[in-house]
Amino acid sequence: MYGNDFPGEDPPGGLLGEVEAAEAALRAAAQQDRDAAGPGTDLAAYFAQVVDADQKIEPRDWMPEAYRRTLIRQIAQHAHSEIIGMQPEGNWISRAPSLKRKAILLAKVQDEAGHGLYLYAAAETLGISRDELVDLLLDGRQKYSSIFNYPTLSWADVGAIGWLVDGAAIVNQVPLCRCSYGPYARAMIRVCKEESFHQRQGYEILHVLAHGTPAQRAMAQDAVDRWWYPSLAMFGPPDGDSTHSAQSMAWKIKRFSNDELRQRFVDMCVGQAEVLGLAIPDPGLRWNDERQAYDFTQPDYAELMRVISGDGPCNRERIAHRRRAHAEGAWVREAAAAYAAKQRNKKKEMVAA
Amino acid sequence: MSERGERTDRLGAEGPAPLWEVFVRARRGLAHTHVGSLHAPDAELALHNARDLYTRRQEGVSIWVVPASAITASSPDEKDAFFDPAADKVYRHPTFYEVPEGAAHL
Repeated sequence: MYGNDFPGEDPPGGLLGEVEAAEAALRAAAQQDRDAAGPGTDLAAYFAQVVDADQKIEPRDWMPEAYRRTLIRQIAQHAHSEIIGMQPEGNWISRAPSLKRKAILLAKVQDEAGHGLYLYAAAETLGISRDELVDLLLDGRQKYSSIFNYPTLSWADVGAIGWLVDGAAIVNQVPLCRCSYGPYARAMIRVCKEESFHQRQGYEILHVLAHGTPAQRAMAQDAVDRWWYPSLAMFGPPDGDSTHSAQSMAWKIKRFSNDELRQRFVDMCVGQAEVLGLAIPDPGLRWNDERQAYDFTQPDYAELMRVISGDGPCNRERIAHRRRAHAEGAWVREAAAAYAAKQRNKKKEMVAA
Repeated sequence: MSERGERTDRLGAEGPAPLWEVFVRARRGLAHTHVGSLHAPDAELALHNARDLYTRRQEGVSIWVVPASAITASSPDEKDAFFDPAADKVYRHPTFYEVPEGAAHL
């Protein structure tokens, strides 16, 4: 359903094939590690050597402080995005058009929570606690993906999120399966395998709507019209303006530039949109034979900056909702902790008696 | 998601829920493998959370949860010294021995 139609070095099976290739490479790198020398006294040189050899850095290895900070920021923002990303779709669980759709959407939103938790766990290996990370999100000191600040106005939006937003996320995330930091790479392999279900369910929703009544078709097209450019903006600012890119590439945290990934996404989507029978809302979209890629209109990066800095359509609502959910869940955490303490004391008394 | 050892000791009963490392046996006949970690106030909830988090797609037939603070890990800094004794005992591997021609089933 995705990834099979862009030319080049794609292994069979498209992006899911790439995830599996990354998993195989992870095992191969681990095998290779057996012959490598230990760190010795020059820790920085050893770090560089491990990264250069495409091996993995593990939690207790020495690493440059900036590498640690960059990873914490990136993994935490990624985790926050998964958690906040539950909201736009969660809005539709009670209104999904059938029991089947409700069950599927519920499973999908549960997956997003799971992805957030895998990623928080990966971030914690870098020496920051989950509670600190949650506070950073709730206080607005750490960001999450701009895309979740757009509203889901119709049922077709759930389809558009699956196809375009999860599609863009997969294109962004598949290379992260080869990230130099072991726990992040392993978490991303899990995440990517599950994301492919998300993308297909979204595509199916749109396909059904696009082949339904004229009103359903119009609803599907309207959703694609609204989600296309925000999805393109998910890849971040253009390469020239991207502040963190060069160093992240050198550390092999990032493997491709924002613009390369955006291009890959556009090239994938064109064929998929044709099968849906829906139009991509870009009059400038055309095949460029010389580049062997599609020319397309760039998203509005000024809008991206506005949304990231807090001024999107739903920023305040998303954070307010997250704060409320966290506060309203406090009694559950307290009750569970009190019960655990009581059980521990009971055991102690039994041992003492 | 692993090898945190001493760092996690500070997560006591007072503050956030303790950290647990999760190991899953994918199928009968395979060993339990580390899959990640999670927070839970006690072992029972850790097990339930592990089921919800790591086996939503039939990834396992058995789960272990271990308090992260109970794990003692070797340090990569002392990798050489720690594992050195293994390097000079090539005679532990069957390939060290020369098998005379004609000797079968060895």
